[in-house]
Amino acid sequence: MENTIIITVIDREGIAHELEAPTDMNMNVMEVCKSYELPVLGTCGGMAMCASCQVYVENDKVSLERSDDEQAMLDEAWHVQDNSRLGCQIHLATEHDGLIIRLAPSDDF
Amino acid sequence: MITTDILIIGAGPVGLFTVFEAGLLKLRCHLIDSLAEPGGQCAEIYPKKPIYDIPGFPEVLAGDLISNLMKQIEPFQPTFTLGESAVTIDETEDNQYIVTTDKGTKHKAPIVAIAGGLGVFTPRKPPISNINDFEDKGIKYIVKNPEDFRNQKVVISGGGDSALDWTIYFADQLNCDVTLVHRSQNFRAHNDSVQKAMDMAAQGKINLLLDSEVVGLNGSEKLEEVIIKTKAGEMIEKVDSWLPLFGLTPKLGPIAEWGLEIEKGAIKVDNATDYTTNRPGIYAIGDVNTYPGKLKLILCGFHEATIMCQSAFARIYPDKKNVLKYTTVNGVNGF
Repeated sequence: MENTIIITVIDREGIAHELEAPTDMNMNVMEVCKSYELPVLGTCGGMAMCASCQVYVENDKVSLERSDDEQAMLDEAWHVQDNSRLGCQIHLATEHDGLIIRLAPSDDF
Repeated sequence: MITTDILIIGAGPVGLFTVFEAGLLKLRCHLIDSLAEPGGQCAEIYPKKPIYDIPGFPEVLAGDLISNLMKQIEPFQPTFTLGESAVTIDETEDNQYIVTTDKGTKHKAPIVAIAGGLGVFTPRKPPISNINDFEDKGIKYIVKNPEDFRNQKVVISGGGDSALDWTIYFADQLNCDVTLVHRSQNFRAHNDSVQKAMDMAAQGKINLLLDSEVVGLNGSEKLEEVIIKTKAGEMIEKVDSWLPLFGLTPKLGPIAEWGLEIEKGAIKVDNATDYTTNRPGIYAIGDVNTYPGKLKLILCGFHEATIMCQSAFARIYPDKKNVLKYTTVNGVNGF
């Protein structure tokens, strides 16, 4: 389909979900996960202010560079790794076709 | 016992606007909120962020929206139970509800409007396995009585305003031996607080451990030591108190046990009529509810609140005539 990419999201049970994501709807990874009803809270709505959408980037389809706000939030989040990003700060575009990400553990334990 | 016409659970924008719509119908409101100030997420999470989809406001800061709502509802003299969260609900023989908070405050009303947003704001807890063992035994997530910490040896974790502000206050005002532990070099806080903390560290008034993190806890009856991971390795610090200040996150909490139909963490309501839940007299409005086509938007919550108040009036006064009045024609007649 035109303006559509496929991304793979591995949930917290280790199950891989291949998701079709539009690139012309200004969507980010957090929103795509929510639209497929995967267990991503996105509490702050996408302002990089809660870290409930933390993901691990598993291939090189997206940069690991973080904005200052995103970095500051991850500095106060748990389970952070070198490949951590906030899903809400990855805005999907054509070059992200084939992206593989894994959901970080939830804050609840 | 606090009595009112509409008991509103949650003092976010939708809960606050409910006071206005209820007031136009001469119904009084009382609000309960777990936070110390009204405003909900708008005040707690993003007060300085702009909102662009409030009709008539091309741009408004979340904090300003709350101030404006507080001004708008002032004529209707709302009353508040703040810093307490609603825990239980009991139905009385005269078809009213009694809602009791975690501190035992009781409220009675014929109508309960749950405007709880994403839920009760609860502290974000670091994932340390034995952290629950020391809660209130050396670990506090929120500072309520600063005096409790006077002359103590305190470790504070976090990189936001509350971590910095309390570090400065404890060292300056309470003669505490304070160590601030933060995972990175950068803070998510006001620049002047950051500068002040840096200055105090340089003067030896506080200990500042950057690129560091509390990773373990030891103690028998109460917390005695924290294990801090630094770039140089792990160190053990003796403490009286540890304050992990990593902000708050909302959880639906005890409302989930109120016998209401819950779907995906939200309360099911009838959107074809009046946003009632499955329990007559209990409504749910704003982000806390769900129905086919639900949108979690403040503006949708305002609509839901308005419809709900009309229904609440009819329930309280089943025999009284009521027509929709326009504020432009009638003005706002406060209590």
